[in-house]
Formats: sequence, structure tokens, C-alpha cells
Amino acid sequence: MTIGQSAAHGAARGRYEAWTPARGTEIIADHLALEGPALPIMHAMQEAFGYVPQDAVPLIADALNLSRAEVHGTMTFYHDFRHEPAGKHVVKVCVAEACQAAGGHATSAKISEALNCGYGDTRPDGQVTLEPIYCLGLCACAPSAMVDGRLMGRLDDEAIEEIAAEVRQ
Amino acid sequence: MTARIYVPGDAGAVALGADKVAKAFADAFARRGLDIQIVRNGSRGMFWLEPLVEVVTPFGRRVGYGPVKPSDVETLLDGGMLDGQGGPLSLGNVEKIPFFAKQERFTFKRVGLTDPVSLDDYLAYGGYKGLQRAIELGGPSTVEEVFQSGLRGRGGAGFPTGIKWRTVAATPPQQKYIVCNADEGDSGTFADRMIMEGDPFQLIEGMTIAGLAVGATKGYVYCRSEYPHAIAAMNKAVLAARKAGYLGSRVAGSDYDFDMEIRQGAGAYVCGEETSLLESLEGRRGLVRAKPPLPAHKGLFGRPTVINNVISLASVPFILAEGAKAYADVGFGRSRGTMPIQLAGNVKYGGLYEIAFGVTLGELVDDVGGGTFTGRPVKAVQVGGPLGAYFPTGLFDTPFDYEEFAKRDGLIGHGGIVVFDDTAEMAKMARFAMEFCAVESCGKCTPCRIGSTRGVETLDKVIAGVDRERNLAIVEDLCHTMKLGSLCALGGFTPYPVMSALTHFPEDFGRGSPLSIAAE
Repeated sequence: MTIGQSAAHGAARGRYEAWTPARGTEIIADHLALEGPALPIMHAMQEAFGYVPQDAVPLIADALNLSRAEVHGTMTFYHDFRHEPAGKHVVKVCVAEACQAAGGHATSAKISEALNCGYGDTRPDGQVTLEPIYCLGLCACAPSAMVDGRLMGRLDDEAIEEIAAEVRQ
Repeated sequence: MTARIYVPGDAGAVALGADKVAKAFADAFARRGLDIQIVRNGSRGMFWLEPLVEVVTPFGRRVGYGPVKPSDVETLLDGGMLDGQGGPLSLGNVEKIPFFAKQERFTFKRVGLTDPVSLDDYLAYGGYKGLQRAIELGGPSTVEEVFQSGLRGRGGAGFPTGIKWRTVAATPPQQKYIVCNADEGDSGTFADRMIMEGDPFQLIEGMTIAGLAVGATKGYVYCRSEYPHAIAAMNKAVLAARKAGYLGSRVAGSDYDFDMEIRQGAGAYVCGEETSLLESLEGRRGLVRAKPPLPAHKGLFGRPTVINNVISLASVPFILAEGAKAYADVGFGRSRGTMPIQLAGNVKYGGLYEIAFGVTLGELVDDVGGGTFTGRPVKAVQVGGPLGAYFPTGLFDTPFDYEEFAKRDGLIGHGGIVVFDDTAEMAKMARFAMEFCAVESCGKCTPCRIGSTRGVETLDKVIAGVDRERNLAIVEDLCHTMKLGSLCALGGFTPYPVMSALTHFPEDFGRGSPLSIAAE
């Protein structure tokens, strides 16, 4: 088996579909048999479109018999759900305690500098979105990051250069 | 039988290059015309040796090599690796490495040993014996067996699992649920991840036993989205178990029905709190619920629900298969059985160390962990995640036990130990604890929502040297309010890292000389 490859979601940028209400409705319909379908629907939307479009909110509300406010509240509560498409590459750098203990402060600053992008930002050229993340569970090989779904541990200068090179592509 | 080599598919090993190593082996085998199966096993938990590749020799010996880089592959094969020949990377029998040999692996006994998503492997190594015994015992006796084992919630709260199960079992027959809390958000912890990636069937078996015991027919694993490998492994294992009749109607030929689904979180730390998790599963914002009602009475969709951590549920098959006594025979005080301890951060030998309760913090950090990887002196360790206390080396005689840690104003939480060397600035760590709480607060209760933000502002003033004593008094007051007034452990426990940093490292906050630990 190859857990490694199959789990690396979001790696291939540009594979996202363009939002259409019809496709949105279809995704919702696929999940209506589930108990508590709201989060699975939003994950599926993000998987398909790269973000959860604002136009999807009334459709979800309608299908689940909820108010738009409730759906909006749910969508905005969770850090994962994007309100707009991310950059071509997504770099998530762990900033939690175990990574800090292993020199993560310096590493996270260097990555920001190497990518010329602040945390929580998408670079104006749309090439990269840089995000802080609180723990990837790689605490015994810290500091760590997730680059386009690919995990990296024990980040050093060489690894940072590798990330920067990938983002340039 | 095709020869096998093992290249871990564990996310930790993958982060250190295991996928590339697996590919290098596959390419090399193809070039050499060798028919060898590459199994992506779980990790043995010794991350300084990852990627740790193991070979089964023609004589059935299992020999390890590590850490292996893709460029080592040809050299290893030329050096007779497939026959277990030595070389600079040879580790011999990995189970004889002291870090591994000293453990008591109850819950992690198969992790790293087997193909995680092979039901045949699981059965060959004692899998589903626990369920078989539970079916023979029936529901009520199964609940009692778990109660007798002394198992306590491994998520952090340490509540007796058997009592939760009894409570749900005692509710009238209706739709009941088993929910597995796999929202392992604490920094410094990865035991749940390693179980889900390394032995997913064990969690499935544990949940199935729980369902049979309390009369629940449906289970959910709520796994954090930061663990894509764990979600993938769980989904594969659920499919395989269902196909083989271990999930679905009439589980394993019994009269019990049980099925389960894996659900993905969405990056909210607070959803590791059980009631917030239930809200999230139901499709709402992860706002904490006031208790009572307890989830055991009104849990998921208002139905009686057992909600347990991954390790709690994954401990159950051992308890049923080997008997409650075998589990309860090891441990310390009221903490029975074993705890998978996770050594993380700035530690030389980091990884997963499962051992009976009672081992001291100092043994874990200095003897097992080998101190820091930077070679500098240990300054502090944070035990139990972002809501756990910072302990100085002066408290290294503390036995790993729920009550002993509580006596010293700490908690063992989910068993993560993050080691910091003497470059750590504890005032900044205290500030980080408040900042983390502010970012992750669900916002429902005021002490947590406002207190954490005020905490950040006030600690910023302390760090800047503004009105230090007066602001530290405000910090202490805020902590007091948060601890007593918050609805859940996020706001309620954030004071632990803050106050422990202030108590044990006052000089980092500009407060005179360090307090004498010996005086306690």
C-alpha cells in the first residue's frame, strides 16, 4: 500500500473546478444521506473548488433547513475553510510548542523571508499562501511543515531552500 | 511467500523521507528483477532512526537499518541487506534497542510490526481476540471487564472509562453512539496518529467492543484534518473490516450490529473538547456545551454517547483479550495499565515510549530521551500539551501519574512531553499559551474569550518591563478567573502553563532570583 501518495491531498494545483451552482447542488446532494452533513459538504466544496464559495452558503442552508447565518457561522468558525482560493502553493508551518522548542521560531521566520510572504497571507503574484499551523503531530522530528500536502520534518536551511524552489515553480 | 521489507508509512517517517526511500527500493528491486513486497508499516516510534527500514531474512530474522536515505539503498542492497548483513546503518533486531526493549507495549504491540491495513496481519498477530471474548461475555460483563481494568480516559481528563460505559449502558435501548475523539491537537503528542496510521484495526475493534458493550450500533471517529495519513489509513481499514464482516450487521457472526465512519475536523483545536466535538460532528460551530447533561445521557444528536480518546478505545482489545487483571496489574496508584508517552521537542531520542505509570519525569527525559538534541541543559519540560504545566528539572522526581502531577499543579494530559533547553524564554512561552487560547477559544464563555486576549496584552507589558509587578498581579488574577470561571479545559487550563512558568521561572519575568524548588 502507499499511504504516502494517496493522502497528499491538494498537491496538484490548478486541478480545481470553477464554481457553478449546479455543481454545488450536486456536491450537497452527494452528502445528504449522512448524519450531520455540514462539515463533509464544506470539505467536499473546498476539495472541488479550492475554497468554500460564498454562493454555496444559501444552497447549503436551503438543503439542510438551516438559516444562512448558521451556515455562515459554521463555515467561518473553522480555520480550514477558505473564503477565497489559496495561492498556487500552500505552505503550512507548525508554530506550536514542540516545534518552538526545536528552534521553530527561527525556522518559521526564515521560511517567511525565503518565500517573501507573511503568515496568513497569499503573495500578490498568487504563487504561495503561507499559513501557521498548530501541530502536525510530527513533534519528535520538529520543526515541521506541510508543503502542498507533503510533510517535512527537521527543517533546516537546505529544506527551506527546497520549499522556496518548489514555490518558484 | 514473497519476501518483505518494511518502510514505514507513518507520517513522521514520511516527513523524514520514507516515501522517497520506499520509491528508491521499488526502483532498485525492479532494476534487479527482485520480487519483494514493500510494506508500509507503522513506526516503531524511534524517530531519530527514521526512516527505519526492516528486512525479513530468508531465515525469518527481522533486521533493521536506519536512518536510511534514498542514496543508501544501492549500497545497502550490495552489502547483503536482504540477508540481514551488517553495515554502518544496521541496527540488528530493533526490538533489542534499549529504547524499545524497556517498554511495556500493550496498546502499541503491533504498531511497526505489521502491515497496518492488512486484516490478515492483524488477525495473525492476535487481532479480534478481544471482540471474540466480548461476544462470549455479552454487554454487561464486557462493561465490567473494562471497569475492572482501571482504564482511565487517555485524552487527558483521566475519567474512568468503565464508568462512562456503565452510564451509557444503563440508558434505555435507543439509538446510541460511540464517538472516538481523534482530534489530537496538543503539541507534543502523536500517539493517536501513530495508532491510526500503524494499527487502525485495533481502534476499530475497540469501538466495536464499546458498541457491543453499551448497545450502540454506530460509531464515528472525529479525526483532525492535520492528519491526512491517519484518515486515509482508517478509511482503508474500515472498508476492509466491513468487507470481512467485522463491521456491519451481525458483526463477526454475532447477534450484534455495529458500523462506523471517519469524519474529518476542520482545524479547530477546541473541537478536542468532547462537547465541542459533538457540536462539530452535528455540523455546527464547535461551541462548548455546558454539562450536565453529560454526553453519556445526551450526546451526539441528543442520544446517549460514549466519547473516548483513541488510546482509551485502542486499549480495550488488549483488556478483553488478556483480561482486566493483566492490564490492572501494572501501573501506579490509581493510574492502572500503561501510558504511551511521547517525547518531543528538543530531545535527543524523541518518539513513542509506552510504559506502565509510575516512571519518573526525570527518567523519561534524561535516561530515555537522552536530554536535548542541542546538547544544552534542559530548562523546562511542558507535560500534557498547550494546557499543561512547565516543570523545571527540580520536579523531575515526579512519577508519571494523574494524581502525582495534579499535586504539583500539573497534568499528564495526553502524555506528551516537550523538552526545552536553556535558551527557552518562559515569559514568551506564557504569552504563547495565552495567545493560543485567544486564537482557539470557541468564544462561548467570557473568561476564556476575553481573559486570553487580556492575558496576551498584559504579558506583553510584562515582557516590555512596563509596571511589571502590577501587571503580573493582573496576570495572576486573570489566571484565577479563567481557571475557575471557564466552561471547559481550554480556558480553564491555560493558566497551567502561564502560572507554572511564572512560579518556576520568575527570573524570566524579571522577578528576582529563582524560587527554591527544594523548599516545596
